Amino acid sequence: MIEFRGVGKRFADGTDAVIDFSLVMPSHQVTVLVGSSGSGKTTILRMINRMVDATEGEVEIDGENVATLEPVQLRRRIGYVMQSAGLLPHRRVLDNITTVPRLNGMGRATADELGLSLMDTVGLDRSLARRYPHQLSGGQQQRVGVARGLAVDPNILLMDEPFGAVDPIVRADLQAELMRLQRDIGKTVVFVTHDIDEAFLLGDQVVILATGGVIAQKGTPAEILANPASDFVADFIGADRGRRSLRIVEQAGRRIVVDGDGRAAGVLTDDSAAR
Amino acid sequence: MNLFQDALAWLTDPERSAGPNPLVDRIGEHLWYTLLALVVSALIAIPLGYLIGHTGRGRQLAVLGSGAARALPSLGLLTIFTLLVGVGNAQVAAIAVFVILGVPSILAGAYAGVEAVDRTVVDAARAMGMTETQILFRVEAPLGLPLLLGGLRSAALQIIATAVLAAYVGLGGLGIYIQRGISLRTYDEMLGGAILIVLLALAVDALFAIGERVARRAIGSGPTRSRPRPDRPEPLTTDQQSTLEEIR
Repeated sequence: MIEFRGVGKRFADGTDAVIDFSLVMPSHQVTVLVGSSGSGKTTILRMINRMVDATEGEVEIDGENVATLEPVQLRRRIGYVMQSAGLLPHRRVLDNITTVPRLNGMGRATADELGLSLMDTVGLDRSLARRYPHQLSGGQQQRVGVARGLAVDPNILLMDEPFGAVDPIVRADLQAELMRLQRDIGKTVVFVTHDIDEAFLLGDQVVILATGGVIAQKGTPAEILANPASDFVADFIGADRGRRSLRIVEQAGRRIVVDGDGRAAGVLTDDSAAR
Repeated sequence: MNLFQDALAWLTDPERSAGPNPLVDRIGEHLWYTLLALVVSALIAIPLGYLIGHTGRGRQLAVLGSGAARALPSLGLLTIFTLLVGVGNAQVAAIAVFVILGVPSILAGAYAGVEAVDRTVVDAARAMGMTETQILFRVEAPLGLPLLLGGLRSAALQIIATAVLAAYVGLGGLGIYIQRGISLRTYDEMLGGAILIVLLALAVDALFAIGERVARRAIGSGPTRSRPRPDRPEPLTTDQQSTLEEIR
């Protein structure tokens, strides 16, 4: 469990990125921080592994204040996946994946074995192991990034807009893969995105942030959809634009679901037929 | 054209290998001074450049210092240094002058190489739990190697060209032919020496060019930053295949 208590971050130039932020991120669940730029979502994420140090309040992991932990050791037991994958361009895929285990003193043979099995885990063909990152597609690079994040079998996985730089089809693929993976491994995932659809898709808990890390609303996707706490939230999730308010229209004997603009979103089927 | 023919005749004269002032010895001296000065310059400039590049501090100072060092006239400096340390230690004075010449380029190559590394790569390395030393030596240094080699390359060329001055304080090198050629008005000798220096510089330059190319290849593609390629369709995973079959 990750707990933020009254956390603030003021940067050296005096700007407040995050003000009085408190939140519990439950273990083995996906917490999605969603907000537009300037909402402090990445700053909040990076306070967990001390890539950013809070200037106020405490961040605790399972009751341990991270400020008391040595940053390098802390980071080595937390997985981190970032937007542009951030792979080391001069190292092969396998070496990228096993970087941290190797830093921790794991032997090459054991590390390579681990790396290959992680490639299986994230759906990468083993034949790519000896390639360099620039020889992979964006989607494949991102999978390598996820495999690297999982390499030390961390309890916590931090994901900073990991699928932001790939095209929508590959993104959908990676999202599905992540959901499948999370069903198997049940990590405590903190996921940052500006895409509300991605947040609703992946999040057990969705936290909508306004400027300065102010929590506009938090809850399950269904709770937020059922009852947007404010106009800001309604606007953010697209409820006011009619994107979320679907209604049923009968056409040719079938029930068509259309959104607020009258665009067809799908066909309504009986429960029995859907199974 | 006559002068060039004379110079060629001078170069190919058997006297050049059998005589009292053999070419091979002078080339050896010239290369030795160059190598020595390059190594000393590198020992000073690389750690300093890495420090500047990694911390992002002191860059302004380095630029100013480099500019000043480059502006110093080498011949004047050599005279002063030789007078200071005594003619018996002229070699120390000469190497010091060449080092002053070599440090700015290497320094610039070292910090530019580190600075050119994609910041997201460094950020990811840090977030993974690399120590600052590990970031420097396992990420920044290897990725900055081509630019560092570029710095070493231009330093080597400048030192080779300036090592001519060694002859003025009695240290030999290829400059001896130029110096003697000027004072004795033996222009074939002067031009012959100059041609040799040019050839030496070209050879060293070619060596470094090959080194840079090898380094670039070793760190992946040419550029130090890797851009994801446009997405190609990935082969279907077994999971996706089974999903596909279910849909059908």
